Amino acid sequence: MSSRDKILSDLRAERIPDVALPPTAGNWTVYDDPRQQFVQVLEAVGGRAVTAPDEGSLETALSGIDVYRQAARIWSLLPGIPSAGGNWSEVTDPHDLETLECCLVPGEFGVAENGAVWITHTIIPQRAALFVTQHLILVINADQLVHNMHEAYDRISFEQAQFGIFISGPSKTADIEQSLVIGAHGARSLTVVLLGGR
Amino acid sequence: MAHANIEHAVDAARFIDNQERTHWHDQALWFVRVKRDRAAGSVAEWEELRSRAAQIKRHTMSRLADYLEQFEEQATRRGVHVHWARTAEDHNRIVLEILSRHHVERVVKSKSMLTEECHLNPFLERHGIEVVDTDLGERIVQLRKEPPSHIVLPAIHIKKQEVGETFHQHLGTEKGASDPNYLTEAARGHLRSKFMAAEAGITGVNFAVAETGGFVVCTNEGNADIGISLPRLHIACMGIEKLIPRAADLAVFTRLLARNATGQPITTYTSHFHAAPPGGELHVVLVDHGRSALRTSSKFREALCCIRCGACLNTCPVYRRSGGYSYHATIPGPIGSVLNATQDAKTYHSLPYACSLCGSCSDVCPVKIPLDQQLLALRGEIAEQKYLPLSKRVLMKLTSFVMCRTWLFNLSGKVARRIMPWMPRFLIYNRLNAWGRQREIPEFPKQSFRELYKKRHEQSR
Repeated sequence: MSSRDKILSDLRAERIPDVALPPTAGNWTVYDDPRQQFVQVLEAVGGRAVTAPDEGSLETALSGIDVYRQAARIWSLLPGIPSAGGNWSEVTDPHDLETLECCLVPGEFGVAENGAVWITHTIIPQRAALFVTQHLILVINADQLVHNMHEAYDRISFEQAQFGIFISGPSKTADIEQSLVIGAHGARSLTVVLLGGR
Repeated sequence: MAHANIEHAVDAARFIDNQERTHWHDQALWFVRVKRDRAAGSVAEWEELRSRAAQIKRHTMSRLADYLEQFEEQATRRGVHVHWARTAEDHNRIVLEILSRHHVERVVKSKSMLTEECHLNPFLERHGIEVVDTDLGERIVQLRKEPPSHIVLPAIHIKKQEVGETFHQHLGTEKGASDPNYLTEAARGHLRSKFMAAEAGITGVNFAVAETGGFVVCTNEGNADIGISLPRLHIACMGIEKLIPRAADLAVFTRLLARNATGQPITTYTSHFHAAPPGGELHVVLVDHGRSALRTSSKFREALCCIRCGACLNTCPVYRRSGGYSYHATIPGPIGSVLNATQDAKTYHSLPYACSLCGSCSDVCPVKIPLDQQLLALRGEIAEQKYLPLSKRVLMKLTSFVMCRTWLFNLSGKVARRIMPWMPRFLIYNRLNAWGRQREIPEFPKQSFRELYKKRHEQSR
């Protein structure tokens, strides 16, 4: 008998009492001002929020971000914002992304309760860029904020999924004496640009 | 694996010998516990989330075979290779086969308690494969040739000066340097070169979704994500208990996990894997290794609901003051005591006694495992199987003999109250009195509680 069949038959041999699967709906927390909540949590987890009233003002908003202004090697996946220092979108071997200093990526939506932004492989062909870049800038529409993780998963379809990720703040560790250090292996800084609205 | 029997109290005694360090360890973990309380307290529906999580996990356990098959079917449909391992040896062999087929010589691994449990690293190293643990804490203990002492905070027992010394030896950092920022930066540079050179990445799994055939990995450092997005080959190793039925259930668990583990609203990176990227290969190894056996026990099967948040370790007054190594087990603390003693009661007979039965572990558990009750029940089983030391067995027999006979109990009390105050110290505090090793026996009153009660009752009449 294969390992598979043995494991399954062992599990089926032991019938244990049924427990009902609870519903997914619930009376979950929603916020009076999800945007304010999002920004507050994002800052608490070491990220930074920047506002751009509309697409036209995106460039101005970006120029206010030091790590973007100072970067020479930039991969922008934002329409209208140029890349620099390399043909990043043609890269086929992710190892070639190692020198990336700043990566600009549109996120699908943000989550107010934990400051996370959802990104999938359909937006970024080389997921490695999200992690090897020194600095990460995510752009979301300010009206694309859900209150909590329940609403977040209601929005996501995994039908055609390959890779998807919630990113909340920059890479961090507290493995040395519980001292928080920002910039463990991944991005040293995370900025979220909120597009539109206030 | 054959072990000499573990005597938790003996190693704990060695740990608390250094009082300053014991206090430091205790405080470091208490700090995490306080952050957890703050995070839990900030979610209005916290208790509802715990109830849902407990129910979802128990439901999944009741139909585990069905959900595993569903997961396999969905994952296979997406081109993911699914493997089944009954034992740790099966698991290691499967991983080695995949790596060999791809001629892999260098592997980067992110944190996975399962691969620790299976002792994958030494196995692969014996076969000539370099395995680098990439979580900072795990890399620290790996360089020091130590196992992790905590399931979420592997290097919680090490001081920054000691990390500095380790890094000085292995990574060439300045001698005497102990600043966490400086040391982390050094590790970042060192591990970047390992990531760039690796031909495969191995990760654990936090949650696998039966409905979609995907799985989720949660980290803060980003090591898992770099480790699997640079090489073409990703192997994910998971215990069969990691399954949950629906993608929507992830909401419940992602809300609980990081808050309960470290007090964060969510981990920095919560990655969802459903298929390999073009040109890549994705493998999932499903491991039983005693889980289906534990599932047959009505008393202990709830331990399979554990999501490895580590909160029961952080809150445990015994763990905090005895350190992870005193458990001699991959998973220490309250949940570790249950998992190890249920699998091997003889070797781990002392672990259920490394507990004051305060119940704090059960109170903080995000899936409501009744850990304190399980530890108490395990004591019964261990006593029944005669795994207790002779001195304890004789003493327990004697106590039960006396306590079952009211007249004898009363008489013993009377005699003790008379003679104990006159006994020389060496007769009371000797080798036979383990209890009196760190404690003074309280002063004996002239009258027993019964006598006092009787007297007062008569007076008040």
